[in-house]
Amino acid sequence: MASATALPETGTELPKLTNEEIARYSRHLILPEVGIEGQQKLKAAKVLCVGTGGLGAPLALYLAAAGVGTLGLVDFDVVDESNLQRQIIHSQSTVGMLKVDSAEIMINGLNKNTKVVKHNTMLTSANAMEIFKDYDVIADGTDNFQTRYLVNDACVLLGKPNAYGSIFRFEGQASVFGLPEGPCYRCLYPEPPPPGLVPSCAEGGVLGILPGLVGVIQATETIKLILGIGEPLVGRLLLVDALGMSFRTLKLRKNPECPVCGTHPTVTELIDYDQFCGIAPPASVGPLEVSSHGSVDSAANIVDGIPQVSVEQLKQRQDAGDRPFILDVREAHEYAIVNLGAPLIPVGQLSSRLNEIPVKKDDEIVVHCKSGGRSQKAAQELKSAGFTNVKNLAGGITAWAERIDPSLPKY
Amino acid sequence: MKVNIPTPLRAYTKGKETVEVSASSVQGALDALVLTAPELKKHLFTEDDKLRSFVNVYLNDEDIRYLPQREDTATTEVDELTIIPSIAGGSAYSSKSPVPLSC
Repeated sequence: MASATALPETGTELPKLTNEEIARYSRHLILPEVGIEGQQKLKAAKVLCVGTGGLGAPLALYLAAAGVGTLGLVDFDVVDESNLQRQIIHSQSTVGMLKVDSAEIMINGLNKNTKVVKHNTMLTSANAMEIFKDYDVIADGTDNFQTRYLVNDACVLLGKPNAYGSIFRFEGQASVFGLPEGPCYRCLYPEPPPPGLVPSCAEGGVLGILPGLVGVIQATETIKLILGIGEPLVGRLLLVDALGMSFRTLKLRKNPECPVCGTHPTVTELIDYDQFCGIAPPASVGPLEVSSHGSVDSAANIVDGIPQVSVEQLKQRQDAGDRPFILDVREAHEYAIVNLGAPLIPVGQLSSRLNEIPVKKDDEIVVHCKSGGRSQKAAQELKSAGFTNVKNLAGGITAWAERIDPSLPKY
Repeated sequence: MKVNIPTPLRAYTKGKETVEVSASSVQGALDALVLTAPELKKHLFTEDDKLRSFVNVYLNDEDIRYLPQREDTATTEVDELTIIPSIAGGSAYSSKSPVPLSC
């Protein structure tokens, strides 16, 4: 059987199993496909989990349980209560803790012999090669396109397999990229979608069990690669539909023109992935989200021609009796969670429901959404539809709940 | 023939998972699709009517980019088109994420 394997044939001896380990892994040892040697390979293996979130959680836990000797964890975030709907490597008692520290507690609770290497950092072009070089398999469980391309390119450049998984609402994708004989992420997606065309939090959210499903597929592929058994998802894209509960695989081809893994690569070192994805790098000051969507005129606080209003400014004006027309452009199910009492027209329906806006074209309109991204888009749409005085509520209802009315729930 | 719509694009097909179109080629099916769901057009095509590079279209289990006649490949009633979007979700749509997706 032609199987890709992750472990380099170094000729070095595999680590011995202790009697305690033999007892622990007995259900593996009696499987001929794993056996003593397979278990030793797992013990020798080093796997890097990029992200310890929804995908990384089940992935890291199952790899630890299975006896993978070294688990690297890359994450810079801290555990938030809202993570616990799916990120089962964290727990109620570790809310507020660094995710890498929280994950280590759970991993070593499950398997005290697992060596956990914590990389409490954001993965960047500057550190990715250095972090990746010590690992046999990289498992990509990140949540943004920049890091997806970064992980892909680093894996291709280092010749390391990337157990890829990705989720959105009720759907998941999985594959194995980065092996010399197979395609890479760029063969499938040569270019990222431009910001704004990507489905946003309007359609966002994820069914809590879905990353469990997909993360376990990533773990399965990782273990197959380490053991050199079965048919890994090289050259295949698995599509998971949790609602239909259907699994499909599509053929992936290695693109000979691929800029990173093709025959004449033009990407021979890591690049600036924020720029590649058309996104400004995170600003150290100012509204992060807004600054990632276009040019910011900080003096006038105008983004792409739309004046930005802070929640404090709006509150001050309302308190002074000045009540500009406010429009909520989120979705109805979000409105049901919390709202400011403003009329609702979801951003996707705005163009066909302009006649419902009860003010004149020259009247002031303040648009808001959850955190300021969709409302910026909506404000631009209104402006091009002829409304002349449209402003964006920076930070959205989340900022309002944080800074004006803490009695409101945040979601 | 059936066109499978991925979740992120169902907002533009009134929530429908599949759209039935009648067409004799891949291009014909895509044209018929955006006729029934005009909002989809800008998500699938560039302004000069080329398929966007981050949109993958599969005829059954084959990427149309690797079919000899690409978009002009003939189709029959039993064929299925599947649109595969780029999705990036993984750890969270966390508000603490340094670069939020787009909201």
